Amino acid sequence: MQRFHMEMESLSENEEFARVVTAVFMSRLDPTLEEIEDVKTAVSEAVTNAEIHGYAGKQGIIEMDLEIEGQELTIQVKDCGRGIENVEKAMEPLFTTDRSGERSGMGFSFMEAFMDELEVKSEVGKGTLVIMKKRIGR
Amino acid sequence: MTETFTYEARDQILVIHLPKELDHHNCRNLRYETDLLFSENYIRKVVFDFSRTEFMDSSGIGVLLNRYKQMARSGGSVTLYGVREQIARVLAIGGVTRLIAHFDTKEAAIAG
Repeated sequence: MQRFHMEMESLSENEEFARVVTAVFMSRLDPTLEEIEDVKTAVSEAVTNAEIHGYAGKQGIIEMDLEIEGQELTIQVKDCGRGIENVEKAMEPLFTTDRSGERSGMGFSFMEAFMDELEVKSEVGKGTLVIMKKRIGR
Repeated sequence: MTETFTYEARDQILVIHLPKELDHHNCRNLRYETDLLFSENYIRKVVFDFSRTEFMDSSGIGVLLNRYKQMARSGGSVTLYGVREQIARVLAIGGVTRLIAHFDTKEAAIAG
């Protein structure tokens, strides 16, 4: 098993950083370009959620843990922000709490579409943990 | 590194050249900038140029759909061009392909 742990501030600049770090880590699995792009998209969604919903634009630390076991890549993105009251509802396609109209409400749908497994654990006032898995190289 | 959008407004058509990475970070200024352009120019059509874009997540979908809604309300239209394979997948999953016509070239997207 190979592991990587990272902590970053909830700044939008770090969305790209998290994607690039994940792409480099997963390159050990000899993934296709498509697999890399899929995982980068899912990571971008999770980190963006932590930043704009978890911490609601305020400062905070986002933790990212990457793990490779066999051909399986596991990604955990954790924040200690507001938490989600109703995870099931938040995961519905097109559901968003955003009022500007600029957010599509497709974040969790994208994580589901681009990864094999998605699990979301959240507690109001404590934070949210997103666990995603994908088998690389089928 | 922040990449910005560049705009080209001409004859009621606004061409928006998108950056290499279209994520939440890079999309932050787009609403303000396009609203400003919409208020200063009579825009009937928005054309998105994806030819430089290599990455897009659901933040990009939100931006496209909101411009589509804005244009639909005023009887205008939205097209796009220069889409790479991975971006096409993201557009399809985001449900944009059904709403916004895409073309190979800028000329076709402006005419279409």
